[in-house]
Amino acid sequence: MIVRGLLVLLLIGFSASLFAIDREPAFTDPALQARYDRLTEEIRCLECQNQPIADSNASIARDLRRKVKEMIAAGKTDQEVLDYVVARYGDFVLYRPPLAPRTWLLWGGPFLFLIIGLLVAVSVIFKKSRLVDDEDELEVEETD
Amino acid sequence: MLRYLIPVVVFAVLVGFFWVGLGLNPGEIPSPLIGKPAPIFELPRLRDPEQYLNNADMQGQVSLLNVWATWCFACRQEHPILNEIAESGVVPIFGLNLRDQRPAALRWLEQLGDPYAATGFDGDGAAALDWGVYGAPETFLVDADGTILYKHIAPITHGVWRDELLPRIQAAQNRQ
Repeated sequence: MIVRGLLVLLLIGFSASLFAIDREPAFTDPALQARYDRLTEEIRCLECQNQPIADSNASIARDLRRKVKEMIAAGKTDQEVLDYVVARYGDFVLYRPPLAPRTWLLWGGPFLFLIIGLLVAVSVIFKKSRLVDDEDELEVEETD
Repeated sequence: MLRYLIPVVVFAVLVGFFWVGLGLNPGEIPSPLIGKPAPIFELPRLRDPEQYLNNADMQGQVSLLNVWATWCFACRQEHPILNEIAESGVVPIFGLNLRDQRPAALRWLEQLGDPYAATGFDGDGAAALDWGVYGAPETFLVDADGTILYKHIAPITHGVWRDELLPRIQAAQNRQ
């Protein structure tokens, strides 16, 4: 009896809906729900900046989720929903900012630094290998 | 010579980036609406739900739109300054009462004074969402033709009023 009770408690603990922000799914149609899930993961909550609106209980996140739901229900495309929030809150609201001239450094930065690092590494290796070839210099260093 | 200069230059560039980057307040997200026409809105008024507050009410004069709520602690801190601004008559302030309870909001105005030419009651935050509001208090400066000129996030202080808002208000009023 106790075991069964514990089992039930355990099952409740694992039920996904217990952790959901919304009490029930936004849509009964799984295709629409999938779009809703994707979009609410993509939009940043501005009050709690390291959470998507899907994960946040802040009032702005709730309002934005409702807006996303309304727009999907009204037949808007994903792009139209994202354009709506960007027009009001700027690129910052998106977890993946668009590729534009002012974000080139942001997107290209990692590759830029990778190339710089590779160039430095190659030049260091090149210099060292020339040192080893030079027997005299090696001996001088060893006597040190 | 160069091999000693390069690290110094790299260091200087990094210091420059950190100086600027760490000086920014991540809580303040620049509004893309600045320089754009104010979003179309129509809200029932706080005092008289039969009447509405909309873009037309703000048209024809430079004005402020102040987002406030009774649940907003910083709004209480800001309120005396709003009263001062209203008393000075420099610029009309319109209120947007965000996700609030009507009786609580009315009591607030009764106790602290009412600096607003009119207040719209945005119970579900739909109009605020259109204005790109993500918290309270936020204050928009709107031109006579309905263009958003400036947005201040966080409470208005005397310094903010003197340095950020008043010069812009006067410039806008002189253009009229």
